[in-house]
Order: sequence, then structure tokens, then C-alpha cells
Amino acid sequence: MKFTAEDLKTFLKNVVDVMEENKDYLSELDRKIGDGDHGVTMSIGWQAINEKLKEELKTEKDCGKICIIAGRTFLSAVGSSVGPLYATGFLRGAKVFHGKSDLTDEELVDFWVAFIEGVKDRGKAELGDKTMVDTLQPALESLKSQFNQTRDFVAAFSKAVSAGEKGMMSTKDLLSKRGRSSRLGERSLGNQDPGATSAFLILSAFFTTVNSVHTV
Amino acid sequence: MKKLINNPDNVVDEMIEGYVKAYPQYVKRLSDNKRSLVTAKETREGKVGVLIGGGSGHEPAFMGYVGDGMADGVAVGNIFASPPPDPILEVTRAIDKGAGVVYVYGNYAGDVMNFGMAAELADLEYGTKVGMVLVTDDIASAPKKESEKRRGIAGEFFVTKAAGAAAEKGYSLEDVVRVAKKANHLTRTMGVGLTPCSLPQTGKPSFELEDNEMEIGLGHHGEPGMEKGELQPADQVAERLVNEILADMPVENGEKVAVLVNGLGSTTRMELYIMFRRVEQILSEKGIEIHRSYVGDYSTSLEMGGCSVTLIKLDNELIELVNHPADCPMYVQK
Repeated sequence: MKFTAEDLKTFLKNVVDVMEENKDYLSELDRKIGDGDHGVTMSIGWQAINEKLKEELKTEKDCGKICIIAGRTFLSAVGSSVGPLYATGFLRGAKVFHGKSDLTDEELVDFWVAFIEGVKDRGKAELGDKTMVDTLQPALESLKSQFNQTRDFVAAFSKAVSAGEKGMMSTKDLLSKRGRSSRLGERSLGNQDPGATSAFLILSAFFTTVNSVHTV
Repeated sequence: MKKLINNPDNVVDEMIEGYVKAYPQYVKRLSDNKRSLVTAKETREGKVGVLIGGGSGHEPAFMGYVGDGMADGVAVGNIFASPPPDPILEVTRAIDKGAGVVYVYGNYAGDVMNFGMAAELADLEYGTKVGMVLVTDDIASAPKKESEKRRGIAGEFFVTKAAGAAAEKGYSLEDVVRVAKKANHLTRTMGVGLTPCSLPQTGKPSFELEDNEMEIGLGHHGEPGMEKGELQPADQVAERLVNEILADMPVENGEKVAVLVNGLGSTTRMELYIMFRRVEQILSEKGIEIHRSYVGDYSTSLEMGGCSVTLIKLDNELIELVNHPADCPMYVQK
């Protein structure tokens, strides 16, 4: 599969759209266990990236630079905890894409490994803490093992998205251990984590993008 | 919920614009980030800079505490969300007078990451020494054995006061950090929520409460508290809050404290003084001396109803710092 800088920008735009569609849903999830603004925060951050897509990034061909600008823009727009987390993901991923305008399947796998490891490094959350890591970690493991076995990126990423979805659903039965919701203890049970949910939306948006590239 | 706003997406920027225009004698905006504010006065060379910040929606915290004897600058975030590193870094550069800068902020995952990144960048890019003081006064947010996980709420006022006064008195960076950490170590807060707040962008209440209920130990972003309980008269609520605080941090007969009874947004001064009345009685009965009291809206959660009680146990050094005058747009002490 050939994945280009244009495809990378399409992915970012797909996330912009999916966050806008799910803004209220994410805030509603957050209202049950947090301060109710997760959808708003994600929307602010991705809308800021959208502005960059319309201007600065319009002609950019370097996938590394696209990721750096996406990460820094998101961070400056939102701050919060998701700001540093996703910014670190994008900046670590940018190193993989540095200077490249066309990406190989291997580079796409390396990008997601770097992205997710970056998020984990910054946030220090463990699997089972009821955070976005509960989506990202299983997705990462599935992506790595499937790709190593089959060398088929699209199939491997499809499996990764399913693993991420399962991880997202698992947060319903988890006690919150990180972030502001951790004070809830038992009362966080039964509610799906908004951060795990938006992480899943990002992974699915990437899958939608590769799928359309693949089938063209 | 009715609000006097324009576009919900612009509330933070429009608030800051109004604030800066209202108090040009006190604060000014820096050029790169429109949410970076510093004192309008020229601070003295060699003075340790005190930087505060956090999400907006807590007004007068945090930007209302930039002024003499308090903070030199503030980075303002979105509602209930930490500011990103850029504005923090810009304020750091502006208020560094060669003696370093101390960051005072609440212990939240977002703030820890953003202020942490800013401190690393300040050191790397400009060689500025930054001291970090995390505020952890909310006893309801984690048990005592995990006190390092506790969140910062209204007690941040006392920690900022200690840091700001110490910096103005000419303490070194290490000593400003030391007294601010001591102030945090001796400060405890617990709050009770009666009615939720609603974010301008969602318009939805942050939590649900029946008319006859209160949320005990809630956070100051509308996070649900430890438990819901039946709404009690003010005297009983004051007893619950003070007793929980004293169980967490014993204060002996004859020791001195400063008290803050803080309104969360829509609770009236009348109610706050009724609360303070009982707080004072309890402390007097125990022979605890109230050195100074603060009653009012010091750190709010938009229009949330309810209040918190904060006690800081004072030694001689902290007494001197608490007594130190301050002059900020939203807080003056002669």
C-alpha cells in the first residue's frame, strides 16, 4: 500500500470530522465520571488542526512536519491532559516520518508504535487504569503481532482497531486510577472512559483512511 | 443554564480581554500568547518570580492573584483545563529576574504534564531555574496514606500567598519553594456542593443532585464527590468539614491557623458567613486560635453552589508571610 502525505492529511481531516460528530457523546461520557468537557476539548484541538490543514499544511509534503505541526497545534489549543499526551504521540511519530512524503507499511507500523509508546511515556498510565491506554495498548500489541505474521498492513490494522474497541469497552468494568475521575473509586464503575473512546475514534479514522487508500 | 456570554467558544479570550482592560494598573498581556498575563509593574531584579496558572472557570483564581505580594504572572487555560506549555513558558521568561521562577499549581494530570514540559523547556532553551510546588490540599480526593495524589483546590490561595510574600521579602528560589511546600503541607481543604455548574459549551449540569441532596467532598471542576448525602443545616455541614480536616491534620489547643471559607460560585456571602460562624465556634471550643480569616469567593467553579473550608496551620514563619500585605485586582490585604 502506498500512503502519501495527502493521505496523512486526509486522516487528520477524518479525525476532525469524527470528533465533531462525537463531541456531545464524548462530553456526555465525561460528565458521568469527570468534568464533562472531553468532547469540547477534543473538538477545540482538532478544529485547530483543521485550520492548519486549510492553510499552512495545504502544500506540505513532509509527513514528519505534518505530524509536528499537528502535535504542536493540538497542544497549544487545548493544554489539558490530552494536549501533552497526543502532542507527545505525534512528535514521537514525526521522527519515524521525518523527511518522507510516501510511507511504507513498515513505517506506518513504526509510526503507531512510536505514537502509542509516546502517549504511555508521557501519561505513565498502565493497562487497566481506565484511560486511553486501555484502547491503545491492545491495539498496539495486535498491530505488531498481526503485521509480523502477515505483513498485510490493512488486515493488521483492522485487527488492531477491533482490539482497541474491545479495550475501550473493557473500561466500563474498570475502576478509574488516573486523572480527575480517579477520585470516584467504585462510582466510576459501569461508565466507559471518554479518553479511551476518543482514542478508539482516532484509530478507526485511521482505518477508514487506509481502507479508502487501499481500495482505490 | 442562562449565561451572559456571546459565543461559547470565545468566553475565555473575551474574559481575559475584559480583565486586562479593567485593570491596566495591575496586569498586562504578553505578545505571543493572548493568555499569558504578567504584573503591569516592573518587578525588581533578583526577585524570584512566582508563576501561577490553571484552567479558567475558577475566577478570581488564578489571574485575580497577580499583583504585589502574590504572583508575578499567570498562564490561563481553557475552562477547567491546564494551559499548554507555550503561555507558561512566555510568562516564565517575562518574570525571570535572574533568581529563577517558582510554579505554583494544582496537582492534576494535565497541569503536571504541561507545567512540567514548560519547566523543562525553560531550563533547556533559556537556562531558567524553575522550582515546582504542587498544591494537594483536597482531603476528599485521596486518603491520607496517598496524600501525594490529592488535588489542589481553594488552599492554593494560601500556598500562593506564602510564595508571593516570601518572594517579595527577597527569599531565594530554594527558600520560596521550601515555604510554599511547607504551606501546602500544612493546608487542608474540604468542600460540599449543592448545585452543579454548567460548561458554556455544553450547557449541561456537571452533576445531578436532588433538591434535598448535597455532594460531599466534590472537586472544584464539578467532579462528583466522595458521596451524596441529605442536605444538612449549615452548622452540621461546617462540623463535618472541620472535623474531617482536623482528623486529617490534628491542630492542638493553642496552635494558630488561618481559615478560608470559600464560595464555589453561586453561594451567597450570607451563607458563607453562616458557615464561618460555626467554623469559628468549633475552633474556639478546641482552643485553636484563628490568626486571620478569609471569607468569600476565592476559587470558584463557574456558578456551582456550595463552599469549601480550608485551614492552614501556622508557624511563626508562615504567620509573617500570611500577614504580608498584598494588592491584586481581586484581593487586597493591607
